[in-house]
Amino acid sequence: MEALKNEVETLLREGTISAFLGMKLIKGQSIPFLFTHPDDLEQLTIGEARYPLAKIILIAHKYPDHHLGIMVRGCDEKALIELYRNKQLDRCKLVPMGVACSGELAEKCNCSKPYPSQFIVGEAREISFDRAILEKIESLPLDERFGYWINQLGKCIKCYGCRNICPVCFCEVCTLEDAPLIPLGKIPPEVPAFHLSRAFHMAGRCIDCGLCEEGCPVDIPLRTLYRKVREIVQELFDYLPGEDKEVVAPLQILGDGSFEITEGNP
Amino acid sequence: MNYTTIPTTCAYCGCGCEILFEVLDGELVGTIPSKANPINHGSLCIKGWTAHEFVVSEKRLKSPLIRKNGEFKEATWDEALNLVSSTLKEIKETSGPDSLACLSSAKCTNEENYLMQKVMRAVVGTNNVDHCARL
Repeated sequence: MEALKNEVETLLREGTISAFLGMKLIKGQSIPFLFTHPDDLEQLTIGEARYPLAKIILIAHKYPDHHLGIMVRGCDEKALIELYRNKQLDRCKLVPMGVACSGELAEKCNCSKPYPSQFIVGEAREISFDRAILEKIESLPLDERFGYWINQLGKCIKCYGCRNICPVCFCEVCTLEDAPLIPLGKIPPEVPAFHLSRAFHMAGRCIDCGLCEEGCPVDIPLRTLYRKVREIVQELFDYLPGEDKEVVAPLQILGDGSFEITEGNP
Repeated sequence: MNYTTIPTTCAYCGCGCEILFEVLDGELVGTIPSKANPINHGSLCIKGWTAHEFVVSEKRLKSPLIRKNGEFKEATWDEALNLVSSTLKEIKETSGPDSLACLSSAKCTNEENYLMQKVMRAVVGTNNVDHCARL
């Protein structure tokens, strides 16, 4: 913790960064906050509550000439990589400060990589990635599997929380507000059109941070749905969102003739 | 360059979900559910998620309106409250206290709702008291 404070303080004092987006401890809870002055860093904290900092840092659009620091966990880093790739953020203007998650948080999130590529706080923990829920659902006969999802999705109160909290949902115009497809103001939403539209859009985008499922008021296993979508994209395109590789996203190559469905592909 | 989040309570209904208002350079730009509160555990309904919107809505009334000749005209609070009290008094005198009812609001504080029912019971003299969150 002190290491993070000292590093941020140095960067702020040197003027390397104009501000640092991190968490601030206030009245016992940690909240997202943009630190602009070294004196405020006394309240800098890490906390166990995850907020979509990679989405909040899109405020950088307002300050294109400034370099900004940002606290990143493993999931935030993956989200930033997708946002760079989709031209939402300029990589040269951000200074990520890595934080490895506690064992408890990593377990709770069932996180495949609970630490960023470089970090100054915490230690790299490997936890076993649990595929059990997905396997259980996939083993069900088709009609039962369909019933399972219709039941789960039928709980939806259409709060749009899954989209709002998602660090890689950045579109200014959202399909989920496209009136002919999703009638506005109608509750409950169309099942499964609403949820599958979102699942399609998560293909090649979802970094499996789990913030959607964590924020769902009715506990729909959204992450399981999007994990399946991730697996399909990985099988078809050898693409895993959030991986820091010199590759283009599937939607950037589809239609240019370089990808064909062959017998080998499902 | 100033961005902060401010913990507060959602004013839409009586549940009391905790929200974080996002403030960017003095402007209210968003709402995030608080993860620290046992009431909502980082979740919100659609109204909570958009709680920042009505604050700066163009449709929001900025002064009381009184209908004169079928049209709403801006009025002062004194004019509006005088009209309300004199009309309530007149109805009570002509038709009796049980001809009046109040519908209070989940957007008010507990204390304001207490005062509302107190006014109806002790001043007007009726038990016709209800509130929007029960609808």
